[in-house]
Amino acid sequence: MSTPPSAGKARMTYRNRLLVLAAAVAVLAVVATVSVLHAAHRAGRRDQAQAGGPPIAAGHVSLAASSRRLMVFRNMAWGPHRDELATVPATTPGGPRTASGVKCLRFYAAAGTGICLQAVHGAVQDTYQAVVLDSRLHELRRYPLGGIPTRARVSPGGRMVAWTVFVSGDSYAGTAFSTRTSVLDTRTWQLQSSLETYAITKDGHAYRAADVNFWGVTFADDTRFYATLATGGKTYLVRGDATAGTLRTLRENVECPSLSPDGTRLAFKKRVKGVSPDAPWRLYVLDLRTMRETPLAEHRSVDDQVVWSGPDTIVYALAGDYGSDLWTAPADGTGAASRLMTAALAPAYVG
Amino acid sequence: MYVADSRGVAGARDALRPGPRAAAIAPTVFALGTVSLITDVSSEMITAVLPLYLVAGLGLSPLGFGLLDGVYNGFSAVVRLAGGHLADRGGRHKPVAAVGYGLSALCKPLLLLVHTLPLIGAVLAVDRTGKGLRTAPRDAMISLASAPETHGRAFGVHRAMDTAGALLGPLVAFVILRQAADGYDAVFTVSTCVAVIGVLVLLLFVPGRTARGDAAPAASRVSLRAALALLRRRDLRRLSICALLLGLATVSDSFVYLVLQRRFDVPVQWFALLPLGTAAAFLTLTVPLGRLADRLGRWRVFLGGHVLLLAAYGLLLTPWHFGAMPYAVLALHGTFYAATDGVLMAAAATAVPSELRSSGLALVQTGQATARFACSLAFGAAWTAWGDRTALTATALGLAICVAATAWLRPAEAARA
Repeated sequence: MSTPPSAGKARMTYRNRLLVLAAAVAVLAVVATVSVLHAAHRAGRRDQAQAGGPPIAAGHVSLAASSRRLMVFRNMAWGPHRDELATVPATTPGGPRTASGVKCLRFYAAAGTGICLQAVHGAVQDTYQAVVLDSRLHELRRYPLGGIPTRARVSPGGRMVAWTVFVSGDSYAGTAFSTRTSVLDTRTWQLQSSLETYAITKDGHAYRAADVNFWGVTFADDTRFYATLATGGKTYLVRGDATAGTLRTLRENVECPSLSPDGTRLAFKKRVKGVSPDAPWRLYVLDLRTMRETPLAEHRSVDDQVVWSGPDTIVYALAGDYGSDLWTAPADGTGAASRLMTAALAPAYVG
Repeated sequence: MYVADSRGVAGARDALRPGPRAAAIAPTVFALGTVSLITDVSSEMITAVLPLYLVAGLGLSPLGFGLLDGVYNGFSAVVRLAGGHLADRGGRHKPVAAVGYGLSALCKPLLLLVHTLPLIGAVLAVDRTGKGLRTAPRDAMISLASAPETHGRAFGVHRAMDTAGALLGPLVAFVILRQAADGYDAVFTVSTCVAVIGVLVLLLFVPGRTARGDAAPAASRVSLRAALALLRRRDLRRLSICALLLGLATVSDSFVYLVLQRRFDVPVQWFALLPLGTAAAFLTLTVPLGRLADRLGRWRVFLGGHVLLLAAYGLLLTPWHFGAMPYAVLALHGTFYAATDGVLMAAAATAVPSELRSSGLALVQTGQATARFACSLAFGAAWTAWGDRTALTATALGLAICVAATAWLRPAEAARA
């Protein structure tokens, strides 16, 4: 060293500065280690079944039609079957669960076809895959995903499958997110990896933009579907045609549509004004014939693509003690919301 | 430790700088590089897990989260200019940088406490404010601590260390999440500890008065007016105009990756890895290109970097298709950054007197960042109107014109070899 950096002031010697740093690093290393160990311990506890939790046992799970209507969902209850697909009879949602051994983050099924979006743990990073399952939950095909799974749907006939993932941008602090929605034909195994290649008609005109995002597909049949399009800071309900590769906007401010079993209504989440920005969505049902919206009896913000449990009721997930609970409400705006089951996510009705 | 390197006091500088040490990288540069490395480990840990945390940990839909980016970019420019100016007043580079690093470090534990999108967004905004505040004073300290003829290399070393940290951060986060499933709180806690170490290294090992040893600058010379008057200096004005012009034709990274992905049908699972390609090229080449800039002239290398960017645009537009092409685009993109990021600061440092160094660097950085942001807005609009190929063709043409204009304008620095 030539001249000390600030000769005018009394300063710690280089050795003392090193000592201060070493002491601080030692203390911080202890804090860091304790926090990691604490989190690891907590993660380990989730593998132990909780007293008072729903009874669950491994067993045979089928998506095929049977005399009994079943609910298939991702079991969130702590214990060895956490995150596995499980079933309960649709009539006794609070009853004993049958676990399948198949782990999924998101799931949906219809007419004997299942779509399971799962995490694959790699050496230096985790990746995600979409797995198409047959009615006995055997894997048919597997596709890599470019982001974190959020939505999955199967067409009522079981032929078409769609999923949405979150893709995070590369900007500093990672604030730029986009979505990618793919559509798969399970008869030809032709994959349309992004709806962004579809021809968009917005308000009657051909439209294209770099900021186009899609999410939340719901199928009317093996060709036609509804979904959400976001562009220019707004969201739109779009009607799509998977054969023609076209999309047309119908209406503003409709997210995660879900078509009723009779195809006449869409349940969706709507961003409402004047509420807290951390809880901006409320559930609505849109009558496709009259285009009239009806707010539902659930007054909390719901961030989910709902599922129709019958001709006039819907089911959706809300945060709960074990990650997520399932709630139900009438689809006509009457009555009240009620808890259907605890520690469950991503339900589908089969059989 | 170098005492000063202002052109105005060249005689004093030559007298005080120990000759043989000119070859070594100044300890201050290493210290600042270490601070950046540690801080980037800390912040990139968060960046890497944030999407998963929001979606899987909190069950949120983070879409539309980036909507405020435009507003924030404007604010960030103001913060950077303010940081630059404050640091020059009384030669307070280190305190201002420490506030910037400290602010970002404070944000990490806050993430343990906030669980909603607007609040998380606010914490990230404060984090970025800290980043904006510290950038110019830090770069000023790097330039003031090294001899002018080694500025390119000094910035190269700093940027390489910074990028190494950015590459390490996600790995650390991954290891933690592997030990503790859903252990986002552990990631935030470790990130906090790492950030605190970064601040400590700054406080303990970066000298307080890099610039002028003892003599505090006359307050009259460091005023807002003096900072603005910098633009009256021919060197700096030309440099700023050129950086601005070239920035106007520099498409943001996310657009480059988006076009790359569409053009070459990059498999979805590889998309997230594209920035790593750019970072790898940047990490390997930023020191050699900094040295080259010291030898050939910063301006030549800076301009050359933009020619490489033009080549990258060209590859994205050509009808040919060969297997290595995506790699070539990423290599060119990373080399472009290696030839321009630190090199521009090296060139700007030469054109600004030491007592206004921080303000001057902030001015050039802000000009460039604003121009790039404008380019991204225009690019997005052009994409909407004409599609991605036409938008990129237009940008490439714009870049070619700007490169030609810059070569013709030729800031004075180009004259030195």
